[in-house]
Amino acid sequence: MGSHSSNRTRVPLSRMAMGNGHGEDSPYFDGWKAYQIDPFDPAENPHGVIQMGLAENQLCADLIEEWLIDHPEGSICTAGGSDKFRDIANFQDYHGLPKFRNGIAIFMGKVRGNRVKFDPDRIVMSGGATGAHDLIAFCLADPGDAFLVPTPYYPGFDRDLCWRTGVKILPVNCKSSNNFKITKKALEEAYNGAVDAGIRVKGLIITNPSNPLGTTLDRATMKDLVDFVNEMNIHLVCDEIYAATLFRGPDFISIAEVIEEYDDDCCNRDLIHIIYSLSKDMGLPGFRIGIVYSYNDDVVRCGRKMSSFGLISSQTQHLIASMLSDDEFVERFIAESSARLAKRHGYFTHELERVGIRCLDSNAGLFVWMDLRELLAEQTFEAEMVLWRVVIHKVKLNVSPGSSFHCSEPGWYRVCIANMDDQTMEIALARIRSFVLENMMGNCMRVVRSKESKAVECKLKVSFSNRKMEEVMKMPCSMSPCSPMPPRSPLVRART
Amino acid sequence: MGCFFCWIVVSFQRGIAREIEAQNKWAQRVEMSYFFVLSADDALLRSPSSSRTRTSMRPTLALQVRGGGLGLLMCSHLPRKSVVPAPLSRRAVPIYRPNHSPYYVGLDRVREDPYDRVANPHGVIQLGLSDNKLCLDLIEDWMSKHFESSAIGGGDFAMYQPFDGMPEMKLAMAGFMSKVLGGTLSFDPSNVVLTAGATPAIEILCFCLADHGNAFLVPTPYYPGFDRDMTWRTGVEVIPVHCRSADSFTLSITALDQAFDQAMKKGLKVSGVLISNPSNPVGNLLSRDMLCNLLEFAREKNIHIISDEIFAGSVHGDAEFVSMLEILDLVEYDKGRVHVVYGLSKDLSVAGFRVGAIHSYNEDVLAASKKLTRFSSISSLTQRLLVPMLTDSGFINTFLGTNRDRSRETYKLFVEGLEQLGVNYLDSVAGSYCWVDMGGFMSSYSEKGELELWEKLLEVSKVNATPGSACHCAEPGWFRCCFTTILKDDIPVVMDRINKVAKLCKHAR
Repeated sequence: MGSHSSNRTRVPLSRMAMGNGHGEDSPYFDGWKAYQIDPFDPAENPHGVIQMGLAENQLCADLIEEWLIDHPEGSICTAGGSDKFRDIANFQDYHGLPKFRNGIAIFMGKVRGNRVKFDPDRIVMSGGATGAHDLIAFCLADPGDAFLVPTPYYPGFDRDLCWRTGVKILPVNCKSSNNFKITKKALEEAYNGAVDAGIRVKGLIITNPSNPLGTTLDRATMKDLVDFVNEMNIHLVCDEIYAATLFRGPDFISIAEVIEEYDDDCCNRDLIHIIYSLSKDMGLPGFRIGIVYSYNDDVVRCGRKMSSFGLISSQTQHLIASMLSDDEFVERFIAESSARLAKRHGYFTHELERVGIRCLDSNAGLFVWMDLRELLAEQTFEAEMVLWRVVIHKVKLNVSPGSSFHCSEPGWYRVCIANMDDQTMEIALARIRSFVLENMMGNCMRVVRSKESKAVECKLKVSFSNRKMEEVMKMPCSMSPCSPMPPRSPLVRART
Repeated sequence: MGCFFCWIVVSFQRGIAREIEAQNKWAQRVEMSYFFVLSADDALLRSPSSSRTRTSMRPTLALQVRGGGLGLLMCSHLPRKSVVPAPLSRRAVPIYRPNHSPYYVGLDRVREDPYDRVANPHGVIQLGLSDNKLCLDLIEDWMSKHFESSAIGGGDFAMYQPFDGMPEMKLAMAGFMSKVLGGTLSFDPSNVVLTAGATPAIEILCFCLADHGNAFLVPTPYYPGFDRDMTWRTGVEVIPVHCRSADSFTLSITALDQAFDQAMKKGLKVSGVLISNPSNPVGNLLSRDMLCNLLEFAREKNIHIISDEIFAGSVHGDAEFVSMLEILDLVEYDKGRVHVVYGLSKDLSVAGFRVGAIHSYNEDVLAASKKLTRFSSISSLTQRLLVPMLTDSGFINTFLGTNRDRSRETYKLFVEGLEQLGVNYLDSVAGSYCWVDMGGFMSSYSEKGELELWEKLLEVSKVNATPGSACHCAEPGWFRCCFTTILKDDIPVVMDRINKVAKLCKHAR
């Protein structure tokens, strides 16, 4: 009995069902589709597309697995834990298991170096961070209202904050010239633009550590943001889901710490909300553990009731509560995860640097923000997409173009590096090296031809010195699936 | 504490207001209903000369235009911390306010003071939650025998999974639904979208089938949670279609027709009908004929049917459950207008695990639901643990049979107790509850009388039952009493307590 095409039954559906507010038609997802059609597998499909577009943390999956095996009492579904089964299996109270909330509150504190404490009664559950964003948007804004969001930002926000809620996102443009810092000027411009357009701004949403930049906000910027939202009387939602992915200095400073520095009459805590999750920090996205932490009692009450739409499985709550109450494990996990991320990040960026590719200097996250501006034929988003398609289909790496993150400048790409083992990473790096080498060869050939012909004065961008090229030529290359750059490749298009 | 200054909203011409706004780039729109009320002390504190205030006192105007009226709120400076809190959304307001619905008040009272025969014998007995605890022991037993902790670790199930369910879980659910919804039907997993419980399943279908402002017809009495599931965030309206005790609260197509016509006259677009079958809170089943008539009605009006069949496996009486899908199986057209909601909370007792499902033949609904369920996916850990159990046919058959037997037994004891008290009830055949007529104890035949009785039951005899008004029942005096959350030995305690209230009420008359 297969599906029936709705052509045979023409019952009207909603605009939401038939529209594309889900955002999956955007180019961001083209790379995913390419990966799904031709996924890399070291044994089965060694020339397939390597997934570098998914910010998943697989580096410490072994630690989690080990804990699960050693702690049968953590699960109510094993002989070791089944005595709790009856209480937990039936538990669907939207307050959540108290020990789960306590465990999360303590973990959030630990991730912030115990510099601040969290109140378990302010913790509201949701279906992953995705559900948390949808929930907070429903609570704070009505259809037609807007949130300010600094760019570049996670593409999923367009869907998670806006699709079902009818809320808009207004970008706050940040520039590479100051490492994409959020400036007061940019905030004020965006806010005033909204006022002029007759749009009501309900809040500012920041991600700290940033996705896709991988950087953390400094204290001065955080204070500017707190001052701004208090002045404008709008909400501040801080997505801190990458808090424990910090792998080097400067320290991560949570909004929870910053507001401690304000007197009550200088900072209205009712405006402050944190989005959290265990999907990135603990590498458990499948468990759908999303948290809304609000300093606003009304938001907690409203959010808690709305959480019925995305409650965390009580069985999962119980397991996580057990895991997070194991202090020794948690502390070891946080430290080890940070160390492994540091190693992976350090190695990856070093290898990229050797072939002349820079990344934004970052200290957190599961990705790097790669700067390929010099490889663009011209500084346009069209050229960015052209290069991106080459990377997907020829180099066979699913990376994400900056335009899908609403970056104001073309040429940046997010590359996820924590969702693969060392072997796969080496293959990805080898493909990148081959690509760069071929690109350079193509450049050189073009230069030679143009010198010979003296026909057209061309301004080619030869990014790399000859010395660098020699170094690159000595590096190991994989059996790259991509063919050498054709001379007419847009990447080496001459400019007159 | 000093006198209060009241900044009063004054009406001005639109032109003047606009000009002032244009002059002040920090103008911020404020709701008409807000007043700036400051004590004399506060006003001093917030003046620019006060050292206790911080910087950035900009001249600010609050101005708004609402419903054609104008208001200009004059305020020379807004303090850094505005006395007007940044509001939550309008749609959040009815949600965060304390909920006075008896359904939720009762649940809260039980949470605060839960009955336990040993630990808290004077606590509130829960008859207000239709959970099924009768056969949890069987599941506990199966789990403990089949799972080593090593089975939980291993593999990459903790990573991102398809939001609409892991393939093996969809297959297992399709198989389980086939058993429960109709033995001859076989469901294709590609027609199933999994959700974190039936609650989001209902909301997702409303998002798919109706635009903001559209309506669904829902026969009464209905499960109080539908108001939340269908209306809180979707903008959809519920039009109750009243059923009567004279018809044993069975759905009437005539009533549906009338409700539809009335909606049209009011300019409301009806997108569909939502039925629960087996019915909650009444516990009866829709006949094959009625289901056919309903499908015919929906076809005539070109609207959808959502059939909530979450109690399909909880039939304890001598009757046969017929799923809407079985009717569809007989027709080759119209398959795209029927959508079934199911879940494991009731039939399998695992309400905490949050396992729900949407079944549809409509490709567009399936495509949209798959995307919408990313906000409410089932934990991969939970899916992994349930798959082997759901596919253990022997265990599932035994479970469903035992569940039926225990439900029947408990139902019989419960209604015998009611009969001894002289309390009427509707003889039901399914669900985990009994639809009881306590109208005879009310001081007045009205919703007020019913709520007074409910309060007596809750506060005096400490029994939480759900009054019919919370279920939008048109006739006062009916209460839903769930019998699957108590032990058999507690039934006499329940009857005693009901009797206590009955005597009080007779005495009062």
